[in-house]
Amino acid sequence: MAKLENSLKNMVLSLTAITVVVGCLLGYVASITDAPIKAAADAKQQKAITDVVPGEGNTVGEEVKKVAANGTDASIFPVMNGGKVVGHAVKAISKNGFGGNITVMIGFDVEGNILGYSVLDCSNETPGLGAKMPDWFQKGQKGDVIGKNPAKNNLTVSKDGGEVDAITAATISSRAFLDALAQAAGVLTGADVATSASKQNKEEEVSANEPCAADSCAQQCLTE
Amino acid sequence: MSKLGIIINGLIKENPTFVLLLGMCPTLGTTSSAINGMSMGLATMAVLICSNFVISCIKSLIPDKVHIPCYIVVIAGFVTVVQLLLKAYAPAVDEKLGLFIPLIVVNCIVLGRAESFAAKNSPLDSACDGIGIGLGFTVALTVIGLCRELLGAGTAFDVAIYPEQFGALTFVLAPGAFITLGFLVAIFNKFTKKA
Repeated sequence: MAKLENSLKNMVLSLTAITVVVGCLLGYVASITDAPIKAAADAKQQKAITDVVPGEGNTVGEEVKKVAANGTDASIFPVMNGGKVVGHAVKAISKNGFGGNITVMIGFDVEGNILGYSVLDCSNETPGLGAKMPDWFQKGQKGDVIGKNPAKNNLTVSKDGGEVDAITAATISSRAFLDALAQAAGVLTGADVATSASKQNKEEEVSANEPCAADSCAQQCLTE
Repeated sequence: MSKLGIIINGLIKENPTFVLLLGMCPTLGTTSSAINGMSMGLATMAVLICSNFVISCIKSLIPDKVHIPCYIVVIAGFVTVVQLLLKAYAPAVDEKLGLFIPLIVVNCIVLGRAESFAAKNSPLDSACDGIGIGLGFTVALTVIGLCRELLGAGTAFDVAIYPEQFGALTFVLAPGAFITLGFLVAIFNKFTKKA
């Protein structure tokens, strides 16, 4: 078959036809992959939350969106067990990574102690150095931050006078991780202050419930 | 040329990475491990086969003056399809390859094969060329990734071979990509070129 001539009509027609067909195809693929993409993102977030605030039978409450002190978006996910808040998972971003932003999910118990963390995005950090972040600060590792409380412990790298060992040869990434941690802690405590008026009742409820926490747990164990 | 001949041509004689030296950006950027290199190669191969086939089918409907924009629209369409499918069904791969998936659009291998092969040959031959070139690219990227992973982190396909602290970190970083590529091209030439 001979090629179409280079007339204006032919050029406009063929380009239009191709873009329309490709456009329709993309629309169709986007419509069938939309739900799985959302489900995958949700599943990843849920897994991060249950990783950082572990516990059987926990349910995740509604996301509260906040703006952290460094101007980035942060989210708080209250984690409940049997109607009581047992901790919060906080998603926060540090802008001070070696190659860009770092996104972490940090779990706090009701007293603000760190229960666990999960690095959602450190793709801009150097492989083999800063990218060791997901393991370095875990329990039993060199930079262990689990169980510490940002309000009581000085969670900065030892080079800056803090009590956390930075990743070898990746002080910048380590600082950024601790910055994200501080942002998360700030958002969590700030959230309580900012909404204390509306949340006071809820908090009283929580604190009133707390003494019974051990009881209900014991009961739960017995029934199980 | 037979279909098998076309495939072998793409794999060895016109290997996109070691002979044509095309598509160097993803070659250097995504081969920090064997798995990453292989995923990138397979994603590119999928796009290459589809775009070669479709472009060969519609080549006579495209006036010469607008053939580049037409090819790019077709290629970009397939790349976006691959990206959406990866995001939906293999989010872990999508996360590792990140920006390099959309960049397949401007990978000169894909447009290059559309220009130099698909525009002149039958759809089936073009699809075979896509398979051959795609396989060549995948094998090359996997080998580079394997060398870098083995020398840099002491693992092969995430299986530990020797303790990580004996690895030379350079090989996981950008300079290691250039060094590995250079040596592999030299070795490949040694075996394929007559002195």
